[in-house]
Amino acid sequence: MTMKLLRRLALAAALTAGLATAAQAAGPLTYDLKPTRIAPDTYVFEGSTKHFTRANGGNILNSGFIVTSDGVIVIQTGPSRRYGEEMRAAIRKVTDKPIRKVFISNLHPDYWLGSQAFADVPVAALPGTIAGIQEEGNGIADNMYRLVGDWMRGTEVTVPTEPVYGSTVKFGDHRLRLIPLAGHTAADLMILDETTGVLFAGGVVFCNRTPTTPHASIADWLKELDAVDALDIRLLVPNHGNIRPDKACVAQTRDWLTWLDGTLRHAMDSGMDMAEALELPIPERFAVLDVLREEYRRSVAHLWPKIEQESLPKVN
Amino acid sequence: MRHALLGSHLTAALLAAATPAFAAPSPSDPLGSVMWEALREQYFADAPVVFDNAVKVTAPASAEDTRAVPLSVDATALGQVVEMLAIADLNPFPLILRYHPGTAAPYIATRIKIQQATAVRGAARTADGVWHVSGVLVDAAGGGCSAPPVSYAQKDWADHVGKVQARLWPADSDGVARLRLRIRHPNDTGLVDGIPAFFVETLTVQAQTPGGPAELARIDSLEPVSENPVYSLDVRPPPDAKALVLRGRDNQGGEIDAIIPMPPPGARPAMTLRPTDPMRSVGQ
Repeated sequence: MTMKLLRRLALAAALTAGLATAAQAAGPLTYDLKPTRIAPDTYVFEGSTKHFTRANGGNILNSGFIVTSDGVIVIQTGPSRRYGEEMRAAIRKVTDKPIRKVFISNLHPDYWLGSQAFADVPVAALPGTIAGIQEEGNGIADNMYRLVGDWMRGTEVTVPTEPVYGSTVKFGDHRLRLIPLAGHTAADLMILDETTGVLFAGGVVFCNRTPTTPHASIADWLKELDAVDALDIRLLVPNHGNIRPDKACVAQTRDWLTWLDGTLRHAMDSGMDMAEALELPIPERFAVLDVLREEYRRSVAHLWPKIEQESLPKVN
Repeated sequence: MRHALLGSHLTAALLAAATPAFAAPSPSDPLGSVMWEALREQYFADAPVVFDNAVKVTAPASAEDTRAVPLSVDATALGQVVEMLAIADLNPFPLILRYHPGTAAPYIATRIKIQQATAVRGAARTADGVWHVSGVLVDAAGGGCSAPPVSYAQKDWADHVGKVQARLWPADSDGVARLRLRIRHPNDTGLVDGIPAFFVETLTVQAQTPGGPAELARIDSLEPVSENPVYSLDVRPPPDAKALVLRGRDNQGGEIDAIIPMPPPGARPAMTLRPTDPMRSVGQ
């Protein structure tokens, strides 16, 4: 009897303490976004190469914008309403031209949760991305609230308004090639500015940051990398990681995906269990990839069950 | 998780203050779970319980998919083990499974649903009646137990319930052979509106031998095991085994029956994960 009472008291105290902690977390939060000019008319807000945390507020991406003579083209809107609003204010400091259009490269949270700040302009994405956000958007947003907390305040799911397809579109003095692919997710949009040679590769290429695989098909992703290799570009902007004037990180992404897929298949075939596969050694050459072990373990969760289902013999 | 941890500290403090009034029932929980005392009473009753790292529990620190969190419990360091449990403290149904290793090595791995961040435990009872318990904390977004199974999205799901995929690897020098099982089943918890509980309840692995069937191991499986349950076991098939037989039943009386062939000649025993060589591995 007394034990039960004590336990109840402890629970009540724990709940009260928990609420107090949550209340203290409120305070002035800012991403402090500063655009870097990477090419004529072209700017990037460079983010961290870490995972979503309460310290970085989900700012782990390289969003960008192009100032054309016909208005501003925005590429990705960031992980939260706050990010989108700060991004828009920072763009305003560079140019007073109106925002003409926003492009979203895929359904992952840091690409589009800031779109609320651009609700007055067309937000364009591939049909597969729009469908994905309609289906999974609320779950994705909930998880971001859990991961980064108060940074998300006021953020609501804003579905892109305009489906786009493979095409070349002209905005003032810039010709943009919209390249629809599938592999990293079921719908990946790359944007090549033919005028400057800058490729916004979205999630197709990661640079010194471990690739993420929650919606990936590795075989298709490797074909996407071949498509990037065939492009004539001057600068490659991955959504995550370093911006480079060469395609070194296309090779790096291919190396990682090939190793990951091959290692998991081999481990499965060798009788190893998924829990054991979480701890498999990772070769030294991948030490340059940020959040390595963490993303590797996430990838085991994404890829292992499918490999198992494909490879285990049916016995009845 | 924060609530649970805070709760545990307070519980510990309150219990410490109250200690003179009670005979200490068991050592305090290294994982600081608010549920530990209740679960200990429920599953171990008056049996002696020790926290023992000889039981190795492996699960990710953060659950990527709360409907399928990998979990292994390895009690081989204890030698002979009679029974094993896996428990997720803060699940609506904390008990995941009971494993009766029989002649098998005391190792079992599966995938589980978790409803929120929780302590996940493995327990192994040795022949002297002592429960050896250890565990890890798993952080999670939650909802794994009350999410509807994906199975029902496929119109013909009912035609495939009880279909088994399985593979047996050859025995190693100690006679231990890795067995992996995957069973098509919604393994429904009953927590989704209008869908009654429907899950695999018992599984027995036997060897077919000239002298008749010989039981190798038995699993009492419960709601928290993932949809399309997967198990890895380390069985000891007798040398004259012609095949293994899997027999099982779900809670609605559906039967599972499959014959698992012996490994083909030339196949190699399962690979075990050696302790990581720091020169060869990065990102730990």
